[in-house]
Amino acid sequence: MSNEVAKERSMIIQKEMITRLFKELSNAKETGKKVVYTFVPGNISELILSFDMLPVYPEINALQSGMRKKSGGYIRDAEQHGHSEDVCTYVKCDVGMMLNGNIGPTGEKIPNPDLLLLSYTGCFTFLKWFETLERLYPGVPVALLHTPYQEAHKITPEMTAYMVKQLKEEVIPKMEKVSGNKYDEEKLKSILRNASKVEDYIVKIFDTTKHRPSPIDAYFAGVYYIGPINSGFRGTTEAVDYYAELYKEILTRIEKNLGPITPEGEMEEERFRLVVEGPPNWTHFREFWKLFYDMGAVIVASSYTKVGGVYDMGFRVNPDKPLESLAEYCMNCYTNLNLQQRVDLLSKCITDYHADGFLVNSIKSCNSFSAGQLMIMQQLERKLEIPVGFIESDLVDPRYFSYSNIKNRLESFFQMLEQRKMIMTRH
Amino acid sequence: MDKNRFIVGHLPVYFPREIIHAANGLAVGILGGGDKKLIIKGDAYYQSYICHMPRSIIELAMDKHFASFDGFIFPSICDVIRNLSGMFQLMGEAKFVKYLDLPQNFKPHIGGVFYRHELQTILDEVYKLNGVQVTAKRLNHSIGLFNKNRRLINQLYDIRQEYPWRLTADDIYHVVRAGYVIPVEEHNEILTNVIDLIRRETGDPMDKIRVLVIGAFCEQPPVGLIRTIELAGCYIVEDDFLLGARWIQGDIDCESEDPIEAITTAYLEKSTFSSSVFDVDNPKEARLVNLIRQRKVDGVIFAAPSFCDPALLDHPILQKECNDKNIRFISFLYSENTGQFKVIKEQVGTFSDSIKLWDEPVTGVSL
Ligand code: SF4
Ligand code: SF4
Repeated sequence: MSNEVAKERSMIIQKEMITRLFKELSNAKETGKKVVYTFVPGNISELILSFDMLPVYPEINALQSGMRKKSGGYIRDAEQHGHSEDVCTYVKCDVGMMLNGNIGPTGEKIPNPDLLLLSYTGCFTFLKWFETLERLYPGVPVALLHTPYQEAHKITPEMTAYMVKQLKEEVIPKMEKVSGNKYDEEKLKSILRNASKVEDYIVKIFDTTKHRPSPIDAYFAGVYYIGPINSGFRGTTEAVDYYAELYKEILTRIEKNLGPITPEGEMEEERFRLVVEGPPNWTHFREFWKLFYDMGAVIVASSYTKVGGVYDMGFRVNPDKPLESLAEYCMNCYTNLNLQQRVDLLSKCITDYHADGFLVNSIKSCNSFSAGQLMIMQQLERKLEIPVGFIESDLVDPRYFSYSNIKNRLESFFQMLEQRKMIMTRH
Repeated sequence: MDKNRFIVGHLPVYFPREIIHAANGLAVGILGGGDKKLIIKGDAYYQSYICHMPRSIIELAMDKHFASFDGFIFPSICDVIRNLSGMFQLMGEAKFVKYLDLPQNFKPHIGGVFYRHELQTILDEVYKLNGVQVTAKRLNHSIGLFNKNRRLINQLYDIRQEYPWRLTADDIYHVVRAGYVIPVEEHNEILTNVIDLIRRETGDPMDKIRVLVIGAFCEQPPVGLIRTIELAGCYIVEDDFLLGARWIQGDIDCESEDPIEAITTAYLEKSTFSSSVFDVDNPKEARLVNLIRQRKVDGVIFAAPSFCDPALLDHPILQKECNDKNIRFISFLYSENTGQFKVIKEQVGTFSDSIKLWDEPVTGVSL
């Protein structure tokens, strides 16, 4: 492991983008910009941007609180206010953050919402989350966009029509009213043209893990790479520039035959290539990641980086059909895929990226991911005869991160992978 | 035996069983394995922090309890049920497995059109099973039978709220639950007989408080729990145990030329409130308070299955309203296979005593 941890240019660009967004948010009342709270999966940020409004993602705030070790306190506060121990901790973290003044990751207060945009792709808890927010911000309008589930393994014209009608008759009129701007389709199209470029880059970037050694970690570093598309930048020129830069850097790494960058520098020897299903833990993110890179394990694909959109199966927004495209984008997010589709997608990742093993990080909070995960695991094990591993943690509740438990399980998993490698080389 | 008859299993909460009946099928409610089914295989499919019901359903499936079922409907209610539909698809459990996406948009030309199409998809599937064409006449007839069913169940609840000592809550529960597994015609007959019976004065009123139980709309509480609540000094005069049977509030038009439209309209306009429906235009706390008034309730029991996000995320909202309106409540968690009720009995007993001792009775029971 090299000790040099120099920040790459793309990291600096991303940091600047996010800082600027939070600055704009903290100045929103002065500048008169309206603020829309919405969610990551199925985030129709292009539409929000076309109305010159600013997005806020309560999930991102929650994960940031987790990383800044604030979530434990927030969750306790929410529980003291009547929230059950048993429910999604993102919601409780958000409620707790609000009870504590709604201070965002940059230390500034996040402004109250002018609109609650409930596009709850792939998770029912979003719906309950906004019922809670609606009561905490009485009088703030709610625009609901119900995304039908891909239960029949496809998107039907009726599903798209249902969503487009909701966009036209529920979402857009509310956005017009709140922002004071008229819907401008040409503007939306131009934003979508950028989004489509970004989507191309995303696919190319995550496809670089085909190389050995893999130049990136598609889970731990992957969550940084999806930051801009999941926090409101998808259709911006800044995002296009960011991803162009990131891709360039990764290509350079490939040329130099370098492995992924970790918080402790470069991973020098790639021993295991894994595909991971499930969100990461945020409260102990660094320790968690270290358990992998210390063992020379690199994640070559992860389902979590697809929560904000699945692009590797060919989907791209089509600027000529803006609303249909936004609808299809929402329906295509990972947790809106049915289990067979998830198995197929993961199986493609395992095969395409030559993974040695498949690992589930099962999150206590998240039924959307967790319910059915064990069957996905069994299916993949049976279908691909690949070693599978299983660990449990939580997103932002530090009480559910047991370092020793996870370490033990991972060690056994890596041993299993090692043995399999030995057997395979013998044959 | 009618060879044309088929069986379709459906999960909680609401599914318009009329359409299956009209196609000469039997819609059977799948509500989990309760406290009778020993879970051996199901646990291998679910982590410890997921509610109990889906694991018992998997166990039932693996033990071939559903071997004679032709199809399954999973109405949208939560992520667990949604993903369970995928598991049934992967297991190849039946000729069809349909996740029924109940719209959250309640406008006829938006959510209504979508819902209609969802129902049509089911009709297309069941047509493949027996070739029975669901005509307007057939469907209107079925709607009529289920209207009667809902009316009878409501009557049962109305009598119960007036004279709660005449039939215990677990008796009512069994009577209503029977309707989930037998043809509606037979169920209507049973309901009629039970209503006849309890119209007559039987038993003596006891000094109990009148409670509403909420949160149990999906995974069912064990019957022992229902019994415990009553034994601990309460009359359950309202509950959401088998909410699907009472989901539509009022009749569905059964003389329409387009009965699918009538079913759709009823869903859009006459649905009750539940944790699975976004309530922005119709706040659930106001609806709960109305129900409390209507049923002359002394206190509320929030009883939810462990790890049930939809129910549990509603509780802070509903409980705040109870606090604001000075409505007394308690809350606890259960799972369908809970076997020990001692703690719950003490909790409910204290609740009932405290209301009896310290509160002016809101209404008292009519003696
Ligand atoms: S259940 Fe999962 S997807 Fe849903 S809000 Fe919680 S963490 Fe997000
Ligand atoms: S009990 Fe709750 S969490 Fe479990 S399946 Fe039913 S609604 Fe979903």
